[in-house]
Amino acid sequence: MSFYGLVDGTEASLKKYLGSLSGVDQVGADARAAMLATRSIKTTSKRWAIDTAITMVDLTTLEGADTPGKVKALCTKAVRPDPTDASVPSVGAVCVYNDMVGIARTHLDLIGGHHVGVAAVSTAFPSGRASMAVKIQDTKDAVEAGASEIDMVIDRGAFLSGRYIEVFDEIVKIRDICGTKAHLKVIFETGELVTYDNVRKASFLAMAAGADFIKTSTGKVAPAATAPVVLVMLEAVRDFYAMTQVRIGVKPAGGIRNTKDAIKQLVLVNETAGPEWLKPSLFRIGASALLNDLLMQRMKMDDGYYASPQYVTID
Amino acid sequence: MSNRIDVKKTYKLFINGAFPRTESGRTYEVKNAKGIFIANPCLASRKDLKDAVVAARAAQHGWNKATAYNKGQILYRLAEMLEGRRAQFVDEIVTVTGVTKAKAEKEVTDSVDRLVWYAGWSDKISSLSGALNPVAGPYYNFTIPESMGVIAAIAPEVPSLLGLIDSLAPIIVGGNTVIVLASTKAPLSAMSFAEVIATSDVPAGVINILTGKKDEITPWMASHMDIDGLDISGLGAKKHAEIKFAGAENIKRIYSFKNADPGRILAFMENKTVWHPIGL
Amino acid sequence: MGEKLTFEYAPAPESRALVSIKPKYGHFIGGKFVAGSKHFPTINPATEEVLSQIALAGKNDIDAAVKAARKAYTTTWSKMSGKERGKYLFRIARIMQERSREFAVLETLDNGKPIRESRDVDVPLAAAHFFYHAGWADKLEYAGLGTTPKAHGVAGQIIPWNFPLLMLAWKVAPALAAGNTVVLKPAETTSLTALLFAEVCQQAELPAGVVNIVTGDGSTGALIVNHPGIDKIAFTGSTEVGKIIARAVAPTNKSVTLELGGKAANIIFEDAAIDESVEGIVNGIFFNQGHVCCAGSRLILQESIADEVLEKLKNRMAKIRVGDPMDKNTDLGAINSKEQLLKIRELTAVGDSEGAQRWSAPCDLPGKGFWFAPTIFTGVTQAHRIAREEIFGPVLSILTFRTPQEGIDKANNTPFGLSAGIWSEKGSKILWASQQLRAGVIWANTFNKFDPTSPFGGYKESGWGREGGRHGLSAYLKGVSHE
Repeated sequence: MSFYGLVDGTEASLKKYLGSLSGVDQVGADARAAMLATRSIKTTSKRWAIDTAITMVDLTTLEGADTPGKVKALCTKAVRPDPTDASVPSVGAVCVYNDMVGIARTHLDLIGGHHVGVAAVSTAFPSGRASMAVKIQDTKDAVEAGASEIDMVIDRGAFLSGRYIEVFDEIVKIRDICGTKAHLKVIFETGELVTYDNVRKASFLAMAAGADFIKTSTGKVAPAATAPVVLVMLEAVRDFYAMTQVRIGVKPAGGIRNTKDAIKQLVLVNETAGPEWLKPSLFRIGASALLNDLLMQRMKMDDGYYASPQYVTID
Repeated sequence: MSNRIDVKKTYKLFINGAFPRTESGRTYEVKNAKGIFIANPCLASRKDLKDAVVAARAAQHGWNKATAYNKGQILYRLAEMLEGRRAQFVDEIVTVTGVTKAKAEKEVTDSVDRLVWYAGWSDKISSLSGALNPVAGPYYNFTIPESMGVIAAIAPEVPSLLGLIDSLAPIIVGGNTVIVLASTKAPLSAMSFAEVIATSDVPAGVINILTGKKDEITPWMASHMDIDGLDISGLGAKKHAEIKFAGAENIKRIYSFKNADPGRILAFMENKTVWHPIGL
Repeated sequence: MGEKLTFEYAPAPESRALVSIKPKYGHFIGGKFVAGSKHFPTINPATEEVLSQIALAGKNDIDAAVKAARKAYTTTWSKMSGKERGKYLFRIARIMQERSREFAVLETLDNGKPIRESRDVDVPLAAAHFFYHAGWADKLEYAGLGTTPKAHGVAGQIIPWNFPLLMLAWKVAPALAAGNTVVLKPAETTSLTALLFAEVCQQAELPAGVVNIVTGDGSTGALIVNHPGIDKIAFTGSTEVGKIIARAVAPTNKSVTLELGGKAANIIFEDAAIDESVEGIVNGIFFNQGHVCCAGSRLILQESIADEVLEKLKNRMAKIRVGDPMDKNTDLGAINSKEQLLKIRELTAVGDSEGAQRWSAPCDLPGKGFWFAPTIFTGVTQAHRIAREEIFGPVLSILTFRTPQEGIDKANNTPFGLSAGIWSEKGSKILWASQQLRAGVIWANTFNKFDPTSPFGGYKESGWGREGGRHGLSAYLKGVSHE
């Protein structure tokens, strides 16, 4: 593989590549994210943002208690988020555990949701603590069951102890399995990487290794998709594009619960990576509760009065 | 009585660690209290001042960079050297000003002690005036006094030695370099003190001493754009307005002092505030 | 949906309803608003709409204000305990917080700065200054000026138009805390928030005459500077006027502090955090339309990263939202006055003619009002006028350097010495550079940060004295050994 000509697959070249990255000043990044959070998005632009955000949602259920029934309900919601309003677009994908992929794909196709993707979390999600053989099999299972997107976790232990080449090789192997069948999203679990320097480093590592998307979190660790972390990742994809002319997607996941949060994410995208990223092929939001708040805000904008949760479906 | 003829000293300027004559070739007569001729010191010109400023500017960076400990030791060394030459200074003060020997001895003693006092301030002044500022945000923020640059001073007519010490010591202890215009009527102490400086460890250009007329030199000091501050303690109050007016052209810091206190050191120091984020 | 490809922000204007502007104002003297004789208009620089008529104070008005201040000083303020004085300052701080939105809207209308800045920076910091200094009022004996520090008496204060309310707070809060009474003159183009502050003084029941506000132009300022009844002058403004003031007070015993111009260097070393540096460059020069004495108006870039930084800077500048200052999403508002706009145009034209390369961010400027697009000049050398003179607008001159010492030498090669910026991820280099730079405020890996606890002021021709912190307070007290 060429790795965009950035590295040659050796540890030495990877170290050199990662060593060339500039640092991130935490206070400065926090301040920029806080400033962008003051953007006031009203009226027509709010309406546009809500519909855009809906198309970007990876509607997620990642519970031990997940059942085929629950997953099917989720798929139904994904295709027609508001059963009373056909103008509401479908979400980007549903995101489930590996054993639910087949059920989700079958059900989506059954209800006319061919356009809605199925994302499978993979590589011993959420901890990433398993042998490489298990991680490979995990991914193969998901792809064979019809997953169009693989959300893999990196080995944070390897990353934090400086064994970047292991993380890199793992991504390369999983990328191979995805082939042309599935997009690869690489989850960093930024709450465990702790520093923005690490987030930037992980972003460039994953992009060179072949990630189609870089994703903040599993949703199982806090803090998750904080605005400054997303900012740093958006800067990374922007800079990577300048180097390679390839646009990598970004997926914040975890902690984005309401419309205000989602719109702040869109503002971050718009003013950091740029408007080219404002589409579901380059920006996704991993969430579960968010969708209903987007629907309620949409109703409010249409009707002029505040909505009640009774008028949106709970799955 | 000996028939031996004295070897008299030619009093010269002290610029950049050397003892040049004034470039103007001019001197003036110094007489004692009884009107008897004592010496022909240099009547410094504006060009001598200009040369002294060049020397002081060149020396400032290095002097400022010296550690506070080092600066303190150098000032203390001046005190040691002065102490060792007490007799000469007492004689000169008595000869020129006509004061009693006891009074002259007290002035020399006070001068030595004053130097020792200033020497000790070098590594304490920043704890007196510095601050860690508790700003409302994730920033480390501190303020420290640091040197202002090149300072000129007009020493008072009397006491000619102690006044000179008060004119130069607080300025250099703050990391500045100085050009002092000595007492016009009693410049001998100043020029002898230059010998003390030359035999101590003060780097060339840190202290420069001129002799001459206040009315001639002071306006050039005030208008010189490469002088950052001016101590006019030795200048008559009537002249202050004119000098401050001229000094406005480069927003010069111009002060006069009554006492030796830490404020005298801080007057010719700038406060610098530094901000830095605190984060991972 | 999905037809639109770009995320356009619909107008999000702040409401004007909160402020009521009178058609005409007088002066605030002795606790009362008194009618002025002559008036001049104050306009909204974003629309050229006349907001009100401002009184032009003449000799009689200044005499009356100084008399009121002297009376208040002698009979009330100097006799009151510090503890009680402090409580008035706390009251003022609280009322400013309560009426913060009103102040922000009024400031933006009169000054042209974005509402986001007046709301998030100017007004909260102004209140913070009163809160901080309130606590000093009963602790002056611990300020390092001896056990019985004394106020000067009546302070004459002249403030600029770039941060009208904030500069008022920087002046009035320490003066009152130290026990002085004041006669304050806001800038000719931005009097409204000072006049609203007069109402705050009334609401706080501040004794009559402790704060007097007189409006007018430079001639009014000269009357204050030269008034024999004033003991202390505090001025923030241009170095040119600062020199005039320094000459004017030379024959007097007036104590003076000056906050003057700057031409700050913002030095980016090759090991800097690049994205935050770019933010710092933008914040350094485009904050408040570049109407900032400490603005980072000279970018001094290490050559090895110059191309990368420039490209990122241009991309970032293209995202600066220029326009209606009342819109909550505006980043860069209106130039404060036609006069200032002409000055910026003149100096940038000199930049062109001296061979520097101009680049301005693509943006639509409104038809009415005074506007200038965020602009950079590359290929600038030390000899260019745009590298030496304060432009006081959204214009950045860019120079490069090869070695750290060369960067510092270029940074220091100016008669100004107000502020400087350093960007590097290497601690020892930051401390080295902050030691080398001849400026009163050094921002390392940040820029344009202000705090009442943090002394602010310049070296060399950038002024005399500090504002903020214990150092700033001392400017309003006697007790220092020099005169």
